Amino acid sequence: MLSALRTIWGVLLHMFRGRVTVQYPEQRLYLAPRYKGRIILSRDPDGGERCVACYLCAAACPVDCIALQATEDLHGRRYPRFFRINFSRCIFCGYCEEACPTYAIQLTPDFEMSEYRRSDMVYEKEDLLISGPGKYPGYNFYRVAGVKIGGKGKGEAENEEPPVDVRSLMP
Amino acid sequence: MNEVGRSLLIVFGALIVVITIAAGLIYVERRLLALWQDRHGPNRVGPFGLLQVVADMIKIFTKEDWVPPFADRFVFVLAPTVVMVTTLFSFAVVPFARDVQVADLNIGLLFFLGMSSLGVYSIVLGGWASNSKYSLLGALRAAAQMLSYEVFMGLSLMGVVMVAGSFSLVDIVEAQRGLWFCIPQAVGLVIFAVAGLAETRRIPFDLPESESELTAGFHTEYSGIKFGMFFVGEYVGITLISAMITTLFFGGWLGPLLPPELWFFIKTFFFIGLFILARAALPRLRYDQLMSYGWKVMLPLALVNLVLTGAVLLAIT
Repeated sequence: MLSALRTIWGVLLHMFRGRVTVQYPEQRLYLAPRYKGRIILSRDPDGGERCVACYLCAAACPVDCIALQATEDLHGRRYPRFFRINFSRCIFCGYCEEACPTYAIQLTPDFEMSEYRRSDMVYEKEDLLISGPGKYPGYNFYRVAGVKIGGKGKGEAENEEPPVDVRSLMP
Repeated sequence: MNEVGRSLLIVFGALIVVITIAAGLIYVERRLLALWQDRHGPNRVGPFGLLQVVADMIKIFTKEDWVPPFADRFVFVLAPTVVMVTTLFSFAVVPFARDVQVADLNIGLLFFLGMSSLGVYSIVLGGWASNSKYSLLGALRAAAQMLSYEVFMGLSLMGVVMVAGSFSLVDIVEAQRGLWFCIPQAVGLVIFAVAGLAETRRIPFDLPESESELTAGFHTEYSGIKFGMFFVGEYVGITLISAMITTLFFGGWLGPLLPPELWFFIKTFFFIGLFILARAALPRLRYDQLMSYGWKVMLPLALVNLVLTGAVLLAIT
């Protein structure tokens, strides 16, 4: 009985404490830059698409919400012909971002993506692509990778040694 | 003609005011619970969320009125009306102020006790007619709980009757001109408040409902306006018990300066607030605790109070 009265008194005192509720549409929480929200595809500093259509994000996705089709341009550079994310399935786990070898796919601090039609939740590549490099400024995959594309031969990437002629490499 | 018009005004005024207050209590309770739980509560619909009740009512009136095929149709429909009717009948004897009362019965208190006993039928019949196990379990609990708490609810009020020397609620209020009965009948007040909580099936005595174990207890199968009647009936019950505490122990409409009706409403709302505070603070009792609490603590206490009051009164007179 006494403890019940003490509980009632303690709860009554809560009247004078602050509210913990955030009045959401008017007040907003700070979302960290690493917040796992809406997925975007970034571009490298030169304006080209970072995505090389390696399918790793689609393979890593636990709910299979990413669909893409790889193709190559005239310079032998891989890019996705289409890149589709079904956000009604996406669980925003961020595995795609972790799997991405080129920092192309990134999660952003935005979660307000309600739609009236479910089909509107399917984002195509033009919805996903942004104009900047996202969270990784200054990174260009093709500039550091050893792969040969048009305009850049073997051994011409940053910090890359010229290829070794195996026939002359004798002990 | 004037006389008839006046009584009609009081009857319908009381009816409308009570039902409006009961419906408004849904909003008040949610806001108060939120206040005590560091939240805001409903504040979106209209200014301060005041129109939340209207929105809820529109929703509940337009919901599908579904009677399960396995239910006993007639009793199923009848049950929710009983709780509304009995609690509203009880308001007939509550004096809101001097001469502002539907009926000044000379057995007003007994009428109130009788009506609150009849309220048990609503729960039991509702649970039985639903023909589902959760409802039946809720109804069983309700029957046992309300019967056992009724016993000392009546006994706790007999002290008041002895001091006032009347069963009429007006006389009881008039007898409190010198001293409110909350002081000489403090034990009776505590017992009546606990019994009132149990009668209205409120936390910590909400075993007939107990969402977390029995889905919704006796009204599991109810929907739409029938559920609404149970729901509003519960709030009418809270208003009734608060009004009765005010009338019996806190001098009813008596009070300085302000008009008597206002005093009555202020006091009633204070006790409604206490009811809601109890809900915010206390956990639900276990069933055996509920029963042993009632029979082993409250009933002897009520009897002791009765005997002592009688002894003191005999010694004085």
